Amino acid sequence: MYPGEFDYHRAESVEHALELLADLDDAELLSGGHSLLPTMKTGLADPDAVVDIGHIDAMTGIDHSGDTTTIGANTTYAEIADDDTLWDSVTVLAEAAGEIGDVQVRNAGTIGGNIAHADPASDLPAAALAADATLVAHGPDGEREIDVDDYFIAMYMTDLAEDELLTRVEVPHQGPEVGSAYVKKPSPSSGYALIGVAATLYTDGGTVASARVAANGAMDHGVRLTAVEDALEGMSVDDVGDAGEHAGDSLDTSMFMDDIQASAEFRAQLLEAYTERALERAADRVGVAATV
Amino acid sequence: MSIETEDPSEIDPAEILGSAIERREDPALITGDAEYTDDIQIPRMTHMAVKRSQHAHARIEDVDTSEAEAMDGVVDVFTAEDIDVPGSLPVGWLLETLEQVDHPILAGEKVRYQGDGVAIVVAEDRYTAQDALDAIDVEYERLDAVTDPSDALNGGPEIHDDAADNVAFEWEIGNADETEEAFEEAAHTVDLEVENQLLIPNAMEPRAAVADYNPSDNQIDLAMTTQNPHVHRLLMAGVIDHPENKLSIRAPDVGGGFGSKIHHYADEALTAWAAKQVERPVKWVATRSETYQTDALGRGHETHGQVAMDEDGNITGLKVDTKANLGAYLSTFAPSIPTYLYGTLLSGQYEIPAIHCEVTGAFTNVPPVDAYRGAGRPEASYIVERLVKHAAEHMDMDPAEFRRQNFVPGDAFPYETPVAMVYDSGDYEKTLDRALEMLDYEEFRERQEAAREEGRYLGVGFSAYIEACGIAPSELVGQLGAQAGLWESSLVRFQPSGTVTAYLGTSGHGQGHDTTYSQILASELGLDIEDIDIVEGDTDEIPQGMGTYGSRSAAVGGSALVQSARKVVEKAKKIAAHQLEASEDDIEFEDGEFRVAGAPDRSMHIQDVAGAAYLAHDMPDDVEPGLEASSFYDPENFVFPFGMHAAIVEVDPDTGEIDFETYVAVDDVGNQINPKIVEGQIHGGVAQGVGQALYEGAEYDENGQLLTGSMQDYTVPKAMHVPEMETDSTVTESPHNPLGVKGVGEAGTIAAPQAIVNAVVDALEPFGVENIEMPLKEERVWRAIHENGGDA
Amino acid sequence: MAEHDITLTVNGNEQELTVESRTLLVHALRDELGYTGPNVGCESSMCGACTVHVDGKAVKSCTMLAVQADGTDVTTVEGLDQDGEFHPIQEAFQEEHGLQCGYCTPGMMMTAVDFLDDHDDPGREEIREALEGNLCRCTGYQNIVNAVETASNKMGGSGAAAGGDD
Ligand SMILES: Cc1cc2nc3c(=O)[nH]c(=O)nc-3n(C[C@H](O)[C@H](O)[C@H](O)COP(=O)(O)OP(=O)(O)OC[C@H]3O[C@@H](n4cnc5c(N)ncnc54)[C@H](O)[C@@H]3O)c2cc1C
Ligand code: FES
Ligand code: FES
Repeated sequence: MYPGEFDYHRAESVEHALELLADLDDAELLSGGHSLLPTMKTGLADPDAVVDIGHIDAMTGIDHSGDTTTIGANTTYAEIADDDTLWDSVTVLAEAAGEIGDVQVRNAGTIGGNIAHADPASDLPAAALAADATLVAHGPDGEREIDVDDYFIAMYMTDLAEDELLTRVEVPHQGPEVGSAYVKKPSPSSGYALIGVAATLYTDGGTVASARVAANGAMDHGVRLTAVEDALEGMSVDDVGDAGEHAGDSLDTSMFMDDIQASAEFRAQLLEAYTERALERAADRVGVAATV
Repeated sequence: MSIETEDPSEIDPAEILGSAIERREDPALITGDAEYTDDIQIPRMTHMAVKRSQHAHARIEDVDTSEAEAMDGVVDVFTAEDIDVPGSLPVGWLLETLEQVDHPILAGEKVRYQGDGVAIVVAEDRYTAQDALDAIDVEYERLDAVTDPSDALNGGPEIHDDAADNVAFEWEIGNADETEEAFEEAAHTVDLEVENQLLIPNAMEPRAAVADYNPSDNQIDLAMTTQNPHVHRLLMAGVIDHPENKLSIRAPDVGGGFGSKIHHYADEALTAWAAKQVERPVKWVATRSETYQTDALGRGHETHGQVAMDEDGNITGLKVDTKANLGAYLSTFAPSIPTYLYGTLLSGQYEIPAIHCEVTGAFTNVPPVDAYRGAGRPEASYIVERLVKHAAEHMDMDPAEFRRQNFVPGDAFPYETPVAMVYDSGDYEKTLDRALEMLDYEEFRERQEAAREEGRYLGVGFSAYIEACGIAPSELVGQLGAQAGLWESSLVRFQPSGTVTAYLGTSGHGQGHDTTYSQILASELGLDIEDIDIVEGDTDEIPQGMGTYGSRSAAVGGSALVQSARKVVEKAKKIAAHQLEASEDDIEFEDGEFRVAGAPDRSMHIQDVAGAAYLAHDMPDDVEPGLEASSFYDPENFVFPFGMHAAIVEVDPDTGEIDFETYVAVDDVGNQINPKIVEGQIHGGVAQGVGQALYEGAEYDENGQLLTGSMQDYTVPKAMHVPEMETDSTVTESPHNPLGVKGVGEAGTIAAPQAIVNAVVDALEPFGVENIEMPLKEERVWRAIHENGGDA
Repeated sequence: MAEHDITLTVNGNEQELTVESRTLLVHALRDELGYTGPNVGCESSMCGACTVHVDGKAVKSCTMLAVQADGTDVTTVEGLDQDGEFHPIQEAFQEEHGLQCGYCTPGMMMTAVDFLDDHDDPGREEIREALEGNLCRCTGYQNIVNAVETASNKMGGSGAAAGGDD
């Protein structure tokens, strides 16, 4: 019900946060707090210190300059989902952010917290994969860029080191012949994804040239659906839904999540159905400036 | 078809009964001025927390509290050894074969469900109290656990020494021989095995209590989340061995109950007891996890039902065999729920010549099971309406017409069923016809046909439900085992200036009693509603009471109020006659005014009579000063609301997803005092029924660990899960009470589940699906389709 | 165990208080400052009964540390009515019978106000989605949806016109 005892520290800058992390034993970072505080309240997490990075201005905001959008780690889902430019330039990410939790969660939770926490049932891993994001981390040795394909490793496990901070997410803009979408089957109780599928279709004259399709909720971390991507290549945009049947082909379905919410077998079924829906929606958006 | 509310100040007292006026209780609730139990702060207040067993079944070897006691901010720690009072929770309903088992407020030897209390901490603040729980070390010897009633009865681990084979009771109703005969002679029989899953009530306000003890006069003031303060006081006085007249119980604003705040739990008694020990105020507030582990569960039936029919599809017999899960101990009214509130309703809306029902109550390692909205009646209605759907299908008859053919005819009331009920009044075809009209039924069947051709699966489901509420009279329920009377009391008191306060023994917690009772009283006394104040939920102010549950407040409480109001008018009439120098026989009372017949200018308003009654300067000889009256109203029978709910759904065979197209509810709850409040009760009830049908269910693993232990895992329906409801009503007055009302609190919850399940089964008929167990999670629906090959 | 001196501006009143690191905003509001309008219905951040506005945005006050909110403007249900006049959402909840026990109501209204601030004339489905983070066990939501629709009309379809929330 109540968090255990800890010491709270508010970081004023990225450097300050890194210093605090280095100095404090058993410290957790706090951004929007919507994963950390619930786990602390139920006693699943019980850190000695909490470093609040949520007030670091340099880690907040959306910048669309050039052909890349840069989103500060502290940017909330509401800010992302309400950004009209992002709906045009990286539809899948805006759509996924809008699918997260509820109004209150979206007002508090952050893209950085989500991607750093890497809950297998969260919505941004698939979207980040489909959007071909680059994750920028700051550590004691300075800044480094992580390709999203190398980032998600396992449940709550990423390429981020314990002494590193995720400071921003960079996503390339979709071209005119690109369409993307995120569709989700939420758990009726928690609202998290039982299955969420994100798709970006890069097309050329009505056929799919290449695709990035990814899922969360199926495996213990966000994964690309490479068999679907392969099947899509050369397909007419009118038929992309058919590729949904390959959703499980590149995955070890015996490793699918299996809990009281849904069995592995049913998740596999949902994955196919939702992949089909994601592909069709993405195809509908090809060449159309997405409307909210 | 939503009902528009009206501003009470614009309504004439003569019209107020039956008006959809806005609620009087709302201003406090929409401004944050309401006072729920956890809002109460008392100087020097401490906070209590309960150390609960993480095991569902274990022997307690040792409880070490030393570390917790030494913590800063901890006032005291208590275990079972410290309990110096009887400390065993009583059962309020006995059955002939019932095994009564000890239910200690803190477990000393054995824990029997995950959540059973083993120690309490009293600390300076709530955070510290919880910290201290972690410092208590309990050593257990784990025992095998069982959570399913059939498993418990068939060689499950022994939970209580006194209850062999975990049998709590065996009970039957109806006529076994006649029923057997009906089945022997039947042209057709069908049968169905269904489960009615365990539900967690989930009132949004968790249970809570604040106790203040004054040693100099041995007085305990206890504010708590209760639906029945007087009953809690009576029971708790025994549990903590404290004089009943030195224990005051008050219900502040209560955030929903649905049955879960009727029962006498350990925690509230421990709060009162602890306040006496530490001689400081003590507050206890359940966390949501605690309510999930300790609030009495609802339902929990495994049932085999069979129907016998003649060659024309007339039902000739019904046989029901139920295993009822009672949980680890007997909760307050537990024995009555799967028996007298269940077996007696198995005739539904139908004329069934022979019925027999057997119920075995089983102890298991889940929390105690007791009344949850509907309590027994949803389980009865579910099996009957699922069987009826099944039977109609077997006979290849339209389910609506099959029902019509078997209904108790409109001219058969009062109608005596083979399961000991006498239905007061009803007109079942009327609600059916209205529902069919709202569904545009024939057109739907055509659409259904056309959709199937396109590979889309639509279905319609009906639920012709009946419920019995206002359970009574006291003498009868006494014969059936109730350890309490089921009357209600009221006191109506004029103040000298003409305002009125009415005190009722019911205890509302969201139903809008303040408004409804004011409407009744305004109408009876011809007063402006502004002049009326309603007091409920306080043993200090209200003489006696039985509380709010079983949809009894309007039928029983409202009637008690009418009875007192009429006594007041009778007395006032004597005084008015005297003051007006007329014979009492010549006085007429209308719209608050006493008039001398034939002399309309000679009149006196009841509020002026009140003034005269307290002045007492000029009273009739045999009349005492003052103007008030109290009464105990004991109803002559139950009342039987009924109705027809129906749902149209579409099922996606690829994903098992269910979409509502329409939900219609046509209810007959007798006269309606406030139609808007009635509508709200139906809406809320249906939502809980939707919850049971599609989403909810307490799930335990083989060790008795609750898997659905938080709102993250147990789906309390959200706004987007509940369909838009189209409601309408018919009115068949109950002849049993002065208001002609029936009851509405539980109707929606009783009606909805089988309407929805029948609709889904109807939709999946092309796949050969005959039954799916609730909740109809998408995965279950998908499996049901694919287990049958998945081909339509 | 660290303690912090913080400042919260609650319903326009600047309040200074001392909290532990772990004190949740909802407990600071309820137990320390006496704003008992926001209720606690769970510990899993699911029920929304504790919803308040922090700097104008609806958040669950049980899922924010009080010290995290240091320096912010907080609006609770107690701050909705202005100069004795109900906020349109309050009027609408009463008119539409959008509440029964009232426990969910403060949170429900705070979410609705934030939603209506940036949604003119929303549809019923949209309203239902917007209330996803607020559970009500009593009303079946239908009259709550009616109330939000009615409030939207009262607010002239433009949330910005409504007072009481800044
Ligand atoms: C009711 C509810 C419903 C939800 N529903 C969904 C849903 O449907 N879909 C979904 O995706 N999520 C959902 N969430 C989770 C939510 O999105 C969280 O906000 C998110 O998972 C974490 O983001 P945060 O900013 O709140 O992180 P925090 O809780 O502050 O931090 C989470 C973890 O990430 C680490 N961390 C945070 N920021 C950084 C950083 N910049 N660099 C390195 N490490 C960092 C922290 O140390 C911490 O362990 C829900 C949460 C709640 C309470
Ligand atoms: S108390 Fe339930 S969400 Fe905050
Ligand atoms: S009104 Fe009771 S929970 Fe919503």
